[in-house]
Amino acid sequence: MRFQNNGQPAQNMNGAGKALIIDDLTVAYDSNPAIWDVDLEVPEGVLMAIVGPNGAGKSTLIKAALNLIPRSAGTVRFYGQPYEQARSFVGYVPQRGSVDWDFPTTVIDVVTMGLYGKLGWFRRPGRRERELAMYALEQVELQDFAGRQISQLSGGQQQRTFLARALVQDARIYFMDEPFAAVDAVTERAIVAILHELRQQGKTVLVVHHDLQTVAEYFDWVTLLNVEVVASGPVGTTFTPEKLRQTYGGRVAFLQNGQAALATGD
Amino acid sequence: MVRQRAAEDRRIWLLIGAIALLAALFVPFSQFVLNVNYDYTLRAVAFGGALLGVVSGVLGSFAILRQESLLGDALSHAALPGVAIAFLLAGRQLAVLLIGAAVASWLGVYFIRALTGSTRLKQDTAMGIVLAAWFAAGIALLAYIQARPDASQAGLKTFIFGQAAAIVWQDVQLIAVVGGAAFLILGLFWKEFKLITFDPEFAGANGFRVNFLSMLLSTLIVVAIVLGLQLAGVVLMVGMLIAPGIAARQWTNQLTQMVLLAAVFGAFAGGTGAILSAIDTNLPTGPMIIVVSFILVVLSIGFAPGRGLVWTWLRQRRDRERFAAQTVLRELFHYAFDHGSLTTAVPESFLLGVSGGHAARLGLRRLRSQGYVQPVGDKWQLTPSGVAFASHSAQNVLLWDIYRQYGDELGLPLVAEDRQQNIRRLLPDEAVARLEEKLAGRLG
Repeated sequence: MRFQNNGQPAQNMNGAGKALIIDDLTVAYDSNPAIWDVDLEVPEGVLMAIVGPNGAGKSTLIKAALNLIPRSAGTVRFYGQPYEQARSFVGYVPQRGSVDWDFPTTVIDVVTMGLYGKLGWFRRPGRRERELAMYALEQVELQDFAGRQISQLSGGQQQRTFLARALVQDARIYFMDEPFAAVDAVTERAIVAILHELRQQGKTVLVVHHDLQTVAEYFDWVTLLNVEVVASGPVGTTFTPEKLRQTYGGRVAFLQNGQAALATGD
Repeated sequence: MVRQRAAEDRRIWLLIGAIALLAALFVPFSQFVLNVNYDYTLRAVAFGGALLGVVSGVLGSFAILRQESLLGDALSHAALPGVAIAFLLAGRQLAVLLIGAAVASWLGVYFIRALTGSTRLKQDTAMGIVLAAWFAAGIALLAYIQARPDASQAGLKTFIFGQAAAIVWQDVQLIAVVGGAAFLILGLFWKEFKLITFDPEFAGANGFRVNFLSMLLSTLIVVAIVLGLQLAGVVLMVGMLIAPGIAARQWTNQLTQMVLLAAVFGAFAGGTGAILSAIDTNLPTGPMIIVVSFILVVLSIGFAPGRGLVWTWLRQRRDRERFAAQTVLRELFHYAFDHGSLTTAVPESFLLGVSGGHAARLGLRRLRSQGYVQPVGDKWQLTPSGVAFASHSAQNVLLWDIYRQYGDELGLPLVAEDRQQNIRRLLPDEAVARLEEKLAGRLG
């Protein structure tokens, strides 16, 4: 791990056109920083991949931004507002493995949960909520599975269920934690289609991603993270062999067309 | 699928009806066979037991889903010193004793949470040590109380294994009021409790106060435990808490139905357990309730449609037969195809050798009963319908092969590969036509 700053001064702009501004964010577990002094500015309307080696703090970054884990230092603003004011327009897709899929509930029920926050205390979801949930299920092509018990879903279908739950939130900025992890080809394609659809609508999407080969294909913006932010910016200028080496160390082999893949050697 | 849901719903109501019938039959059975006399006292006992079963069954369902069953056990054991201390401070009044139990129990959870949060101890370890320590303190205090020359302590040790006979109408009222209040809170926060139980992270990201809600739900579970202590006792209370929920979970895939069913199961176990123990005053109630609950659990795990072991076993056997039949049919088809005519009779020894004796016999038996094959001496031959079916299956496999290889190239819609499915049904006709064209091109 490196602790010195890599020479990128935090730009102090007024935040116009920025969907997310993170300043000096540090999170530590047991006196080891999981992420260290992260400064990040994400422009509105981009699809951004967050990549980095295992233990680089990718999930931690998302969770700390969403107030799910305590921060040691730092501030986070969504469209200029702190999280408390922003959460009605912040959407979240947690890792699929973070819940018990044997929970007694149906697909449409899980999707409807995305609307609980807007419903407020004591109000039950009704017909309108079911319609919205159904529409989101159609977008991820799971409409035929609405009444299915969630334990009967494949991994990819589970992931699409979570995606649909985030879609009903109708957020302006989305955080997705490894949505592409261990999913089938149908799901991968469905997720990409959704991501592009969201960008068309002018939404901002941050995705923790692990497959370096598809970064250039799926995303237009990238943040390279290894405890600190190594680089962040448009894929064309940021996703370079040199910056990848700074992030991953020597463990990256480079393909000819400038894409990169993790090599099996050291 | 809608029809399947409706069938499931109907099944739940049938089951609830069956339990109600069973309960109704139990009353005359106990009256005439077991010579139970339903006097004023026993009615209170039966009613109180059933009511407690409802409360603990409903709230216990959440303990199960939060994977906190063992926490329930720790909680109930931890209540004992509270009972003893409350007695020492204020004397033998149920409400006071239960408040003492609740406080001790709640302190126990708090201590467990603090231990897991601030040290490297895992939750099961923290629970183990807190459970043991609190229970030990309770036993010691009880011993001290019993040594005192004070007659009013009589019956305090029934809190260990539970004693239904101690329940009077006043207690039933207390249970009804407190349990009703707990249900009111559960109803008000139903969707929040559901969300934090299923996905606390998502709940947190949506601005729900997960810690507060989680503590509230835990408190309700503590209430259920504390109310049931006198009946089931601290040692076995966990059984009364989780058994109805476990049984209910087997029958349904919906939270509302699970909770409803747990209430019914809980009422049955609590009521009958209390009555059975009342036959002989020396019979502790906790164990009786647990025996009844456990029977419900065993029956549910064994026979519940879908999840039950019996159904799983039957399904697995059916699948094994189906796969064996598919394999044998393929072998038969290829052998016959290679020998020039699809109606070529194939030696049984060949089929047994290829698929393994047992599987091949299983498969042949099934194929024969379906009318796809017929024996010819010691050989097997495809029937006309067998030829049609085998050709169709073989072609399906070929189409899947083509789809996997050329699906992208042909611009076909993406579907998950599942060769047990008929690809002609999964893809639109136009796509199937293109697949067949490609296949014909490859074969020709």
